[in-house]
Amino acid sequence: MASNVLRGHAHTYGKNVDTDVIIPGKYCNIVDPAELGKHALEGIDADYTARMKPGDIIVADSNLGCGSSREVAPIAIKGSGTAAVIASSFARIFYRNALNIGLPIFESPEAVAGIAAGDEIEVEPATGIVRNLTKGTQYQAAAFPPFMQALIDTGGLLPYVERRLAERAAAN
Amino acid sequence: MGMTLTEKILARHAGLDRVEPGQIINANVDLVLANELSAAVAIGVMKQIKGADRVFDKSKIALVEDHFVPAKDPQSAKIAKLMKDFAVEQEIEHFFDVGRGGIEHVVLPEEGLVAPGELIVGGDSHTCTYGALGAFATGMGSTDIAAAFVLGEVWIKVPSSIKIVYDGPLGDMVFAKDVMLKTVGTLGIDGATYRAIEYHGSTVDALSITGRITMANMAIEAGAKNGIFHADAKAIAFVKERTDRPFVVESADPDAVYERIVRIDVGSLEPQVACPHTPDNVHGISDVTRDDIWLDQVFIGSCTNGYIEDLREVAKILDGKKIASRLRVIVNPGSQKVWMQAATEGILTTLAQAGCVVNTPGCGACFGGHMGTLGEGERCLSTTNRNYVGRMGSPTAEVYLASPATCAASALTGKITDPRVVALAHA
Ligand code: SF4
Repeated sequence: MASNVLRGHAHTYGKNVDTDVIIPGKYCNIVDPAELGKHALEGIDADYTARMKPGDIIVADSNLGCGSSREVAPIAIKGSGTAAVIASSFARIFYRNALNIGLPIFESPEAVAGIAAGDEIEVEPATGIVRNLTKGTQYQAAAFPPFMQALIDTGGLLPYVERRLAERAAAN
Repeated sequence: MGMTLTEKILARHAGLDRVEPGQIINANVDLVLANELSAAVAIGVMKQIKGADRVFDKSKIALVEDHFVPAKDPQSAKIAKLMKDFAVEQEIEHFFDVGRGGIEHVVLPEEGLVAPGELIVGGDSHTCTYGALGAFATGMGSTDIAAAFVLGEVWIKVPSSIKIVYDGPLGDMVFAKDVMLKTVGTLGIDGATYRAIEYHGSTVDALSITGRITMANMAIEAGAKNGIFHADAKAIAFVKERTDRPFVVESADPDAVYERIVRIDVGSLEPQVACPHTPDNVHGISDVTRDDIWLDQVFIGSCTNGYIEDLREVAKILDGKKIASRLRVIVNPGSQKVWMQAATEGILTTLAQAGCVVNTPGCGACFGGHMGTLGEGERCLSTTNRNYVGRMGSPTAEVYLASPATCAASALTGKITDPRVVALAHA
């Protein structure tokens, strides 16, 4: 992951972008990520998937992902080819889901305030450094709590579950 | 230093003497819930976990078909079948297909699957509903649910708690829903993010279990991880009528530490309405009815207000009357049992005679899935819990949230109406 610098153009949104607008209820019976990706953000920005290029970055104000627990919300964002999401803050379930499915997310109110639609953005997942290449500014996203950083480093929740299962088998 | 009710339950499930807010713990779960939407993804995830062929305990998983039932199209039928096949293969004891279940959060308490002091996680954000019976219950995404299916444990960051104290008797035509809308309006939709809400005070002590369910259900609308009531004699009796499984009733220590304490005096509270497009855009009915807000649809149902008490309230107001012309009123009883009880009491007939359509128990129109999806520019008054853009259909539709009584009163006039006015006309 360390050298995986993400770079793309910003698409900006306001506060409280909820999961109903990220992927409307009528699509929640879809399981395929690519298919879900075609409808990402449809409830708030019907042209998003037509306008965005793979690698682009969603930038939003506070409480992104509030509402329904649907994991298909971060899956749709990832499925659309969006590389990362930067927000002032995230709703709890979305935050957890994004980490679990490997959608890179970064929390930085300062970065959000300093990014305009269309700016070219670079993010270093390993360090949480966000650069606005258009404006020549740089921000530091909040660090993940150590437990979550460890989950991310080992590849998400599934390797963790496998390790727990192995520990139990060894204990028996 | 004492612990809150939430901290007590989490500590016991983590095998610890005490826990602190912010601490990350591994906790054992008493029940894992999924519906066909969250299960479809969770089952796929579980297949990817090496060494995970079986669920941890087939008696501690509940699977409920409720969001797109009966299947609205082949894709919905496919995911419903996926969950059913999984239930059969894993010999899941609590599987509820359409006709025997209803909305997950109505079904689980009704079937005795929720008891005080328990820890429940579900692949649905309104899993927090079970706090009404003194359980710690929270919603998670499908990957976390898959992990819980396999391990029977979850990692949880212990939330700090907000204590809300409600005092005063409820006025005429003011219900638990109005109190909770007021609460969400007061806290804001991210006012309790990452936190537990602990409900206290004379008002909630006097509430029925259904009223508490309505309030715990909407804790997530303030962003909370969970919302919880102390299990009193009423709650314990409710549970004991439904299960003989042993349970441990926990309570907050007298010196528990709360992040903050909020007092809400409900003595002078009037019926409340959440206006578009967030559940915290809450106003008193007198403000809202200053303008005529004409409606295309009224929806009565959901895990917030799809209970027999709710239908009784609606039937009382609609009895012998007709709903306004050019309005549709859609009713989804919350479960098969609620539907049957409403049939026995003649409520379904009363509603049908008034001009309502009564749908299958299930989520129905609540999330814009089917059976009452709103079209462009349409306006709906609903007993549900969310009114985000596009929640019930078209992104240009508007959704207002209110109590069943306010919805019933408005059904008669065709515009948002103060139920106290209709009640007066009755007297
Ligand atoms: S009734 Fe509505 S809020 Fe409740 S579980 Fe169903 S879709 Fe979700």
